Parts: sequence; structure tokens; C-alpha cells
Amino acid sequence: MNDNETTAPGESGALVSATPGGVVAQSQADAVDRFENPGLPPHVHRLADDDESAAKRAERQVATMFGLSMLGALVFLVAYFVVPDESTFYFPGIGIASTQNVVLGVSLGISILMIGLGAVHWAKTLMPDTEVVEERHLQASSPEDRAKAVASVSKGGEAAQLPRRPLIKYTLGGALGLFALPLGLQVAGSLGPTDVEELKTTIWDPSYNDGKPIRLMRDPEMTPIKLEDVTNGSVFHVMPETLQKFIDEGKHVLEAKAKAAVILIRLDPELIKVQKARDWGVDGTVAYSKICTHVGCAVGLYEQQTHHLLCPCHQSTFDLTEDCTVIFGPAKRPLPQLKIQVDDAGYLVAPQGFDQPVGPSFWERLR
Amino acid sequence: MTTINESRPAQGLRADDRRDEQVHESTKPLGGIAGWVDDRVGAAKGVSFLLKKVFPDHWSFMLGEIAMYSMIVCLLTGAFLTFWFVPSQTLVPYDGSYIPLQGVMVSDAYRSTLDISFDIRGGLLIRQIHHWGALIFIVAVFAHMARVFFTGAFRKPREINWVFGTILSMLACIEGFAGYSLPDDLLSGTGIRAMNGFVQSIPVVGSYVSYFIFGGAFPGEAIVPRLYSVHILLIPAILIGLFTAHILLVFVHKHTQYPGPGRTNTNVVGYPLMPVYIAKAGGFFFMVFGVITLISALFTINPIWAYGPYDPSPVTAGSQPDWYMGFADGALRLLPGWFEFVSWGDFTWSMNIFPGSILLLPIMWGVIGAYPFVESWVTGDKREHHLLDRPRNAPTRTAIGVAGITMYCVLFFAAGNDLIAIKLHLSINDITMALRTLFFIGPPIAFWITKRICLSLQRADREKVLHGRETGTIWRYPDGRFEEIHAPLTPNERWPLVQHEVPEPLQIIAEKDENGVDSPIARKERLRAKLSHFYFVDRVAPVTPAELEAAHHAHDEPHAALPAGEHEALESTGAGAERESIKADKRLD
Repeated sequence: MNDNETTAPGESGALVSATPGGVVAQSQADAVDRFENPGLPPHVHRLADDDESAAKRAERQVATMFGLSMLGALVFLVAYFVVPDESTFYFPGIGIASTQNVVLGVSLGISILMIGLGAVHWAKTLMPDTEVVEERHLQASSPEDRAKAVASVSKGGEAAQLPRRPLIKYTLGGALGLFALPLGLQVAGSLGPTDVEELKTTIWDPSYNDGKPIRLMRDPEMTPIKLEDVTNGSVFHVMPETLQKFIDEGKHVLEAKAKAAVILIRLDPELIKVQKARDWGVDGTVAYSKICTHVGCAVGLYEQQTHHLLCPCHQSTFDLTEDCTVIFGPAKRPLPQLKIQVDDAGYLVAPQGFDQPVGPSFWERLR
Repeated sequence: MTTINESRPAQGLRADDRRDEQVHESTKPLGGIAGWVDDRVGAAKGVSFLLKKVFPDHWSFMLGEIAMYSMIVCLLTGAFLTFWFVPSQTLVPYDGSYIPLQGVMVSDAYRSTLDISFDIRGGLLIRQIHHWGALIFIVAVFAHMARVFFTGAFRKPREINWVFGTILSMLACIEGFAGYSLPDDLLSGTGIRAMNGFVQSIPVVGSYVSYFIFGGAFPGEAIVPRLYSVHILLIPAILIGLFTAHILLVFVHKHTQYPGPGRTNTNVVGYPLMPVYIAKAGGFFFMVFGVITLISALFTINPIWAYGPYDPSPVTAGSQPDWYMGFADGALRLLPGWFEFVSWGDFTWSMNIFPGSILLLPIMWGVIGAYPFVESWVTGDKREHHLLDRPRNAPTRTAIGVAGITMYCVLFFAAGNDLIAIKLHLSINDITMALRTLFFIGPPIAFWITKRICLSLQRADREKVLHGRETGTIWRYPDGRFEEIHAPLTPNERWPLVQHEVPEPLQIIAEKDENGVDSPIARKERLRAKLSHFYFVDRVAPVTPAELEAAHHAHDEPHAALPAGEHEALESTGAGAERESIKADKRLD
């Protein structure tokens, strides 16, 4: 950038100081007509500067604070052994509090705080409060120093014969450019498996149950649900019976639950406006994936009066009477419905799993 | 270091000011341990240089200190917590002393966090200090950032430090998120669940990135151990490194100072590190630590035992992240669902999630980090600035900052739209629609109002310089008039109100080259000139000595002709001479 270039005056005819590229700043015409910096104001003495008894008082105050700090530390040391773990008490304005936490915390807090208050009070009353002036210098190094630095770099480069041996220069560049790739590949490549097709399946798929329909179970009791248990307006949090195998093995329970969670609700069949939704339910009892199609929170809030399902994370609202389409909020897709039937024993079962991936959208969701 | 230049009054020292020579007058020979160390490392020179560093006093400079000290508190208590916390998602039956959860299968991370809270004496206190410290750390970081922004402390030569600070503030938020996700409770697990949704929304690679992060399907057993190494090793290492550089640069640049008598762009006026700032800053560390400890003693934070262990099926109403992630959560709540679409090839684009979660953070911090460079390009100002701007004296910058904060606040409040709806008995749909609208119209309104307030404050400053400050003394005259007596400002009072510069907009010259063709440079420069116009078109110049002189003149000669409508003209009618003499008497004290 060339800051010294001069150019023609601007429209106003005022003096212009040129900046590169043809934009000029008008110089401040009143630059000379300015107030002078009046210099440092007179120093005002503090009470403790002139009055020995005030200074003594300040000394006593500082010492008292340091003394309180010691007291706080001692209280902590004793309370650590004395206050029982389970003891609680009523703290006005705060409620039931753990005695141990309050006593340890308050004593430790006072012991720490008083050191700070004492030190600052000491600085403000007794330490010198005459201001000191330190000069600033331009941040940039002097031209000589810059030249020296450039010289030593280029000299060093020459000594290493860098300019004369391009083969070394380019191969070094290539090596430095490449060496991080194996490390990057190792960490990125080995972080996790890439079987993302899993995202499209749930353990509601009959293949997890030898092709047989899967019973709907109460979560977390894992007991089957009879149709007559589901009274009008009631809500069941449901898991597939195939989850039991995961629970017994103690493996991947949460991964299975994270996609399989279902909410079962009974409402007046007349209210359901979509034929498919009615067909996939039994007498107005319908089951929908509980995993929000936005970012995957559990859609756990059911408004009985409006028949809306609400996600507590970002307030996506699904209308149960409209096959759980989104009527408000940041989700786009309806909650996927789980087709249910009643088996011979009178329990609710899902014969075919979900017809689409559940949960939040992802790139290859429809592929 | 502390040199005196008698030729410039601002740098002159008073008779009773200490000069740095005096600091050394009673030098004792270096002996004992200090001597032993100096024999080996030769640190005496550097130490005496450091101890003489001068720091200016101002309450707003303590915001950064609060950030620094609460970070140290977090490092200290975090080290304690690692002794007991077990970063593992293996399911174990809970057998600790919190009765409601006994026998429940929980992850080891959750169990160990419960143990810290109930079975390790003082553990709850340390945990709460850590969490409260982190919340206060990030509050202080943002407050410090706002102070630096509104006072223009980011200007040359401090742009690098602004960028460091920008990165630090972003890392602080990510560090906080990683930290509160570790206990593996229902609330933080829901947060991780949402995070998984964010990651899956990344076009093309989202599902793969999610599988990489979670080591397979969500939630897996890898995320807590991985977040643990991110939280206690990776980010703290970068945080401490950048923070050290941040502080070193403060020493290199010397601290900025507010304008005032004796303070210039080429000096720094304040108190030396030894002893004053060691006591003040060191003491302030203990004050911050002490206050955080007292808060932690009295106020519960993150009662994970009340939330229960993470399970993807249950959910709590009012699930919200810690405050500093609120703006991103709010952005997600405001983005309408129809932004999601399916393109040819059946690819799903989650544009209702991706911009508000994955893109928002780099964009927000990118804009913040780039601001100093944009402003210096627009203003063409390449000088060093060590004197801070009073925010009113940079109306456009201040207005931009407030507009940005407004935008942030809209997102922040959107993260509580459900709570606002419940507490105020409003419709959540109305609140969301209102906030969506406010996101777009709020910032321009805030910009306009702020700029007007700044300009008005500058005019008020002018008024004060020209006519003195209001004394609160009301005089009644024999003819029944009342008037408040104004006392003229002393030079020391006046200086902060008149010291600033008011830049004028850059003007375009040479739009076309010698052949009459638009030069490509001119196009870029036209943009620059437009922006410069935007920055500086409305301006209030500080009072000049001539103006002050004229105003005094008007006061002293009330019958002199004055421009119509001038304040003075109204003020100086009637029995002027008599009143002026009363005023003059009043001025004496």
C-alpha cells in the first residue's frame, strides 16, 4: 500500500490526504483549533496519607479482614469433620439446603473473599496512589531492526543453500504438506464405523422377531398392552418387545431405544381425519414414533384437548388428528406412524415396522 | 520507561508523582533464593521490567480479569473433579446414598457424578464452584468483549488480540457444552441428542460425521469419554495457550486507557504492578473466587439427581441448554420447518437445522473476528489507537454493536419461548412469530435508536462544555423568573468531552481512468466511500476553543446579537447584567 501518493483535491476543494485507490479523506479544517490536554489533575491526598490515626484504622481494617479469612479457613477445617453428610436445614429464602454444602461453602468463601477484600482495601488506603506515567512507543520495530531480521532470514536461507537447491525446497514442501494426512486419516477414519444405513432401521422391523408381529410394551416396565387397557385420551410410552433381548444382554439398549420409542394414544376415531391413520390404528388407538423429526428429542407432551403432540426441545407441534403433520415449529415432516393390530391374545402388536426412517433428517434419508 | 517530556503538558509529572528511579532507590543486594535463581536464569531484569508495568484504573477493565480468574477457578476445581469422575457410559446399578435412584441402571459417568454430589465430602461444593465458575467465566468473557468493542479497543495495534479473544470466547462456549454434557443425565443427554440431530443435518457427510463422533449409532458408549478428553485436554490446552498469548499481547501493547486529563495516545497513566496492581489484581482474584464459592454454597446448579440418568425415551418439559448455548437453541426454534427440502437424487437438505446450529457459530464468530479489519478498511485509519473511544463518540460502531446484541438477544429469548409462554400466559405461536419478525426488524430499529442516542449524548456534551454543568441551584429573580445556575467546567472536566476526533466520510475521486473508463479499483472504492458515508455522515464535532469563547462572550454580553433560535438568546434576555454578576459570584466556589 502506498500511503504517500498524492492526488487531486476532492469536490469540496478542501485539503485532501490521499489514501490508495482514489478515496480521499478531508483533512479536519479545525485540526488546529482544539483544546490542549490540561495535563494530569492535581493529586488529592487520602485521609490515610495525612492522618496517622486514619492510616492506623485502615491497617486495623485490613488486618481484620485477613483475620476473618483465617477464621473462615479454620471453620472449614472443623466443619469438614463435624458436619454429618445427610444433615439438611431450612435456609430462609432459599429452601432446604445441605448443611454440609452451606457450611463448607460459606466458610471457604469467606476465607477466600476476605483475602481479596483485605488486599484491595490495603491497596486503596495505604499503597501509593500517585499515578505513574509510562511512555508508549510505536509498535512496529525500527526500519533497521526490520532490515536486520530480513537479512538474517535470507542469510540463513542462503547458508542452507535453499535458493540454489530447488529440489530440496519442493520436496520438503511436499513432505510437510503430506505428512499430516496419514495422521488425519487415522483419527478421522477410525473414529467410528460408517454403517449409516442403520439410521433407516428400527427394532420394530419384524426381522428382529423372526418375521412375526412385535408386541407393544410399556416403557420402562416392559409389559404387553391390551387394547382395552388403552382408555380414551390415555397416553402410553411404548417400546417393542424385541428390546427385551437388548436389555437382557445389557448391550446397545439406548441405541435401540433411541430409534424405537413410540407413543400410543387413544382418541375418538371420528376425530382422525386421515383414512390411513385410522386404518393403521385400532378403534382410534394410534401409535407414532416419539422421536422428533427435527433433531430427535422425545415428543413427550400430549395436549389432550387439542390432540397436539408437542416436542419440549424446540416446540414443534404435531396434530394427531391430521396424521401427526407439523402445524407449528421447526420440524418439517410428520411423525412416522407405526401400524398396529390386536393379536389373538388381545395384545397390541406391530406387524410391519415403520415405513420410513424415524427421527431427524439426514442426507441419504430417502435414498 | 517512565520518562518525562516537559514540552508536552499531558506527559508532565506532578511534583509528588513518583518517577521510576525512585522505585529503585533503596535497592538491596539480591540474595537468598532470589539470588540463587537469578544466578541461573538471569531473571532480575525481566522481573523488574514487569513489576514496573503501569496499568490504568477503570471498573470496565476488571471484566476481563473476572473472565481470567473464573477460568483459573474452573481449572483448579476441574482438576479436583477428575479425581472422582469416571468418563464411561458402561451401565452399572446405582448403589450410592441418594435413595430415589438406588438400584437404577445408570452410566458410570452419571453414577460418579452422583457420588461427587452425595458421597464425597465437599464434592458437591467443588462441582458447583466448577459449574458456577464456568457460567460466570462465559458471562465475563462476553461482557469483556462488549467493553472492548464499544470502546474501540480492538483498533490497531490490537486486532490480533481481538481475533485471539474471539477464538477464546467461541472455545469457552464449546468447552462449556462439552463439560455440562459429561454427567450423562437426562437434560445433558437430550442436549447431546439434539447435537446429533445438528450433525446429521450437515449436507452430504452429516450421517458419517455423526457416526464418527458417536463411534457408531447414537448414543453409543464413546461420546462421554470423547467429550471428556475434549473437555479436560484438547480445548483447555488451546484455551490456555491462546489466553497466555492474549495476556502477553496486553503487556506488549500496554493497556489502553480512557481519555482524561494527562492521558494521551502516547502514554499510559496508572499504577505500577508492584505493589498496587499485585494487591488489587491479586486481591480481585480472591474476591472473584470467594464470590463464586459463596454462590456455590447457597445456590444449587444443575441438580442432575433430579433429572435422572439419560434415556432417549423420557423427556422433561423446559429442556434448555446452559445460557451461552441459548442463542443457537433459539435460532433452531425460530427457523421454520419448510426450510427443509428434498433435491433431485432424493437428497435431503435440512436447512431448518443446519444454518441455526452448525453454520451459526462460525458465522457469528467469523463476523465478530472480522469487524476490526472491516472498520479499519472503511475508515482508512491506519494509526495506532491507545486511547479508548467513549461509545457515544463512535455512534455508528456503537449502533452496530447494539444491533448485533439485539439480534443475539432475540435468539436468546427465543430459546425460552416455551417458558415465556407459560409464565406470561401467552401463545407460544405468537411469541415465536413475534420473535421471527423481531429478528429482522429489531436490529435496524436498535441501530437507529442507538445512533440517535449517541448523537444526542454528544450534543449534550457540547451543551455542557459551552454552558457549564447544571448546579441544581435555582434562582428566583425580582421579576419572578426562575433560572438554574450553570457552573462552567474546569479544564480537567472539559477535556474528556472535547478531546475526541470526528472523522469525515471519505470521498471518491478518480472514478474513471484517463480514458473515461470505470476503473475496477473505483468500483471497490465506491463501496468503501459508501460505507464511510454510512459510518460518518451523521456527526457532532466537539466544541472548539473558539466556540467556547463565543459562548462565553454571549453570556457576558447578553445584549449582543445572536443567531436566532440559539439557546443563549433565550437565556439572556432581561436583567442580564445583574444576573450575570450573581452567576459570577456563584462560579467562584
